[in-house]
Amino acid sequence: MRRSPNLTARAWFGLAVFVTLLLVALGARGLAPHDPLEQDLLAASLPPAWAVDGDRSHPFGTDTLGRDILSRLIYGARPALIVALAGASLAGLAGTLLGLLAGFHGGFVDALISRAVDVWMSFPAVLLAIVIVAVMGTGLTSVVLAIAIIDWTRFCRVIRAETQAQARLDYVMSARVIGLTPARTLLREVLPNVAPLLLTLFTLEMGIAVVVEAILSFVGLSLSSDTPTWGGLIQEGRLYVHQTPWLLGLPIAAIVITVLGLNALGDGLRESLDPVLRK
Amino acid sequence: MSPSVLLRRLLLVVPTLLSVALVVFVLMRVAPGDPISMMIGPGATAQDIATLRSLYGLDHGIATQFVYYLGDLLGGDFGVSISRKQAVTELIAQRLPLTLELSLLATLLGLALGVAAALLATYRRQGWIERGIDAATGVVTAIPDFLWGLLGILAFGVVLPLLPVFGLMDSDLRFEAKSGFVIGEGLLRGRFDVVASVLWHLLLPAVALALPLAAMTARVLKASLAEVLAQDYILIARVKGFSPWQVLLREALRNALSPALTLAGVQFTFLIGGTVLIEKLFGLPGLGNMAIDAVTSRDLPLIQGIVLTFALIFIVVNLIVDALNSALNPRLRGH
Repeated sequence: MRRSPNLTARAWFGLAVFVTLLLVALGARGLAPHDPLEQDLLAASLPPAWAVDGDRSHPFGTDTLGRDILSRLIYGARPALIVALAGASLAGLAGTLLGLLAGFHGGFVDALISRAVDVWMSFPAVLLAIVIVAVMGTGLTSVVLAIAIIDWTRFCRVIRAETQAQARLDYVMSARVIGLTPARTLLREVLPNVAPLLLTLFTLEMGIAVVVEAILSFVGLSLSSDTPTWGGLIQEGRLYVHQTPWLLGLPIAAIVITVLGLNALGDGLRESLDPVLRK
Repeated sequence: MSPSVLLRRLLLVVPTLLSVALVVFVLMRVAPGDPISMMIGPGATAQDIATLRSLYGLDHGIATQFVYYLGDLLGGDFGVSISRKQAVTELIAQRLPLTLELSLLATLLGLALGVAAALLATYRRQGWIERGIDAATGVVTAIPDFLWGLLGILAFGVVLPLLPVFGLMDSDLRFEAKSGFVIGEGLLRGRFDVVASVLWHLLLPAVALALPLAAMTARVLKASLAEVLAQDYILIARVKGFSPWQVLLREALRNALSPALTLAGVQFTFLIGGTVLIEKLFGLPGLGNMAIDAVTSRDLPLIQGIVLTFALIFIVVNLIVDALNSALNPRLRGH
């Protein structure tokens, strides 16, 4: 039986952040002290509770329309998590399949896919994301698709190189000798061996997806302004930065912690799963 | 890079650019929503719409439109902006210089910070300075420039209001750069007040763009310095009595620079891509800011022109990095 790998401290930190994000997103209804859309103009632009004229019923204060910021932050975890999971999954699926194909087949297939990756990488990613969402219309689906369309190359390049390395090893030759079809060899033999790498890439991509969603919300291209998103909060906070600086600070903190956590998880998993790096 | 290799790389630029043009074109044409109906008022007749459609070439088939489009591109004609009623090349020429100046500033800053951090961490190996620099580079690489820009606004615009966080220069200054290069033209025309104000306004956006580059440069340069320092000729230099700093700067740095340079080239393209949001965030009238406006107003010719311009810059930068790299590293010559 395989011993489960010891996770490093970094991986534990990352895992804690991820699980927290998951719980907050799932339990938003129970955790949020207020309805995130409820406006109360009498309680507009309240500072956080620890400030001099803060109000204890609004721990993180309110925005210019009197909406509770903590509740909006909590509900904002939902689109962040959805985009992270769905965007990274789609990008990972497309990139891994193409990477496996390119690395295993070589020749024309490899040349075609590698050229496509080169062309793709010569677009400025942020601009391309904005253009794609503008073309497809705003909404979570567009954001997820934009992430997949842009970031499949990240998976493709790494998985291609790793598959090339794996394909030279004896076990792949053995699989061929005993008559497994190429597709079966790829999916049953090669894929499990690139899986640890894939897991790391997936985690890192989740962090990227959270930032992309925030960027698209910031330029007004993600969800409608009614739905609370971290990027939407940032955009609002940027507008009223001198009146309500906490409105800008809190969503930034949420995104920074999430991104650092997912990065730590990715790096930590790589250290834990890679037998060479594991001491 | 030998001439033949260089030529082959140059020739590869053509299909790459062509594919980029095709991808952008296809993307724009599947866009729902008719750009013409968005640019004219509700009182327009069908005749008006048809005239406009043929004016912008939208009345032909898709394939024909693409061929015309390519022909125009080759002739240096990027079309006319729908929202601004001005030639796209003209608009790009007005806005690109600031983006280039900002990118250059950020690159210099990033490289300087990165090299300094790598040298310091190598000089003070196995101490808290090295551990501190390692931790900092880890955090800095994980956080993208957009968030650094926001953190900068919060820290130096609100908490400690020391730096300007919006606009290109103080509002009481009157300066029109004909070339678009505000810093360059300001220096040439002796308007040092303008240059100082612009640099002051560009400081936060440039730092935000520079930080990821600095962290990557520091990381890679530090690793490659460690490799170079383990070699025999370094030992000889030490035995000869050079001081540690002399060994580091005169002997090791030159040979360790190549991998860092390759990476800096890749990172530089990210940096230029980052200007899109940073310019929006800090209200700078550059190409990136105009790109976002073009997208929100569905200005197809302008979007196409800007994306192609960015792609061309990416490709040219990568070529230059390759050429520089082989010039610096004799072992790569002839490959």
